[in-house]
Amino acid sequence: MSIDTKSRQGWFSRIAHPGQFMAWTQPLLWPLVGITAVLFVVGLYYAFFNSPEDYQMGETVRIMYVHVPNAWLSQFVYVIMAVSALGTLVWRHPLADVSMKAAAPLGAVFTALALYTGALWGRPTWGTFWEWDGRMTSTLVLLLIYLGIIALWRAFDDQLRAARVIAVFTLVGAVNIPIIKFSVDWWSTLHQPASVFRPDGPTIPPSILIPLFLMFFAFTFLFLVLHLKAMHTEIRRRKAMGLERRAAGALA
Amino acid sequence: MIDLGPHAVFIIWAYVGSAIAVAGLVGAVLLDARRVSRRLTTLETQGVRRRSDNH
Repeated sequence: MSIDTKSRQGWFSRIAHPGQFMAWTQPLLWPLVGITAVLFVVGLYYAFFNSPEDYQMGETVRIMYVHVPNAWLSQFVYVIMAVSALGTLVWRHPLADVSMKAAAPLGAVFTALALYTGALWGRPTWGTFWEWDGRMTSTLVLLLIYLGIIALWRAFDDQLRAARVIAVFTLVGAVNIPIIKFSVDWWSTLHQPASVFRPDGPTIPPSILIPLFLMFFAFTFLFLVLHLKAMHTEIRRRKAMGLERRAAGALA
Repeated sequence: MIDLGPHAVFIIWAYVGSAIAVAGLVGAVLLDARRVSRRLTTLETQGVRRRSDNH
């Protein structure tokens, strides 16, 4: 019993202590960069040279290989932020607000890319860059939420106080995620329904599914690398802020 | 290079735009890391230490 408690404390303190977190995640960074680069090279090769055109959409199906990973990340990053927000509010985890802050700009860029590539795919497929339908409008709302969160982080000098306010805002904004996901089922929309993650299996042939999954993992690993690096920077920034306060205190 | 058909411009701009955005994001993350690293180095060369570092 006592052994279990000790090992659990050890695991928790390793995760929770920012210095320890830096120590055990730093060696992961370069291997993750390598995996990301390989996935992008192979994914782009498949996307352009080893996948057929679609029988309906023709060559424009290749836009899907950048659109779907960004659309997935726009929501996945927000889920990471919502879980981190719970960590901030419920457990006051020292790394939770660091994770929340580091993820927001990444999520904003992936969401902007999902909208941008979606518009470029929409013009030749639907005949329009934009339509105020459920999926597109709720994704635009997600981008505005991300921008609001980034603005809030910059509005506060006290980052610990900012974390609590932003955590509440993030959790309220999380209601938009199921709206994005199910908008294609709830409302009449130009956007197609899910064709990969379906109870009856994907409706896409393997020749198109393989490059899609390669690019999906390439972008997901890119997010993991950038999130980890941005978390390291945020931990170091807080250390610098602490030192600056100490220096100012010594002068006073 | 493969023939991207009549809608090549949309496909090419989707990838070029994504590449620019990803490069910008990577650059911003690295630049921020370098800026914070310099800030810490400056403080440490000035002899500012955390209380826990003094023991």
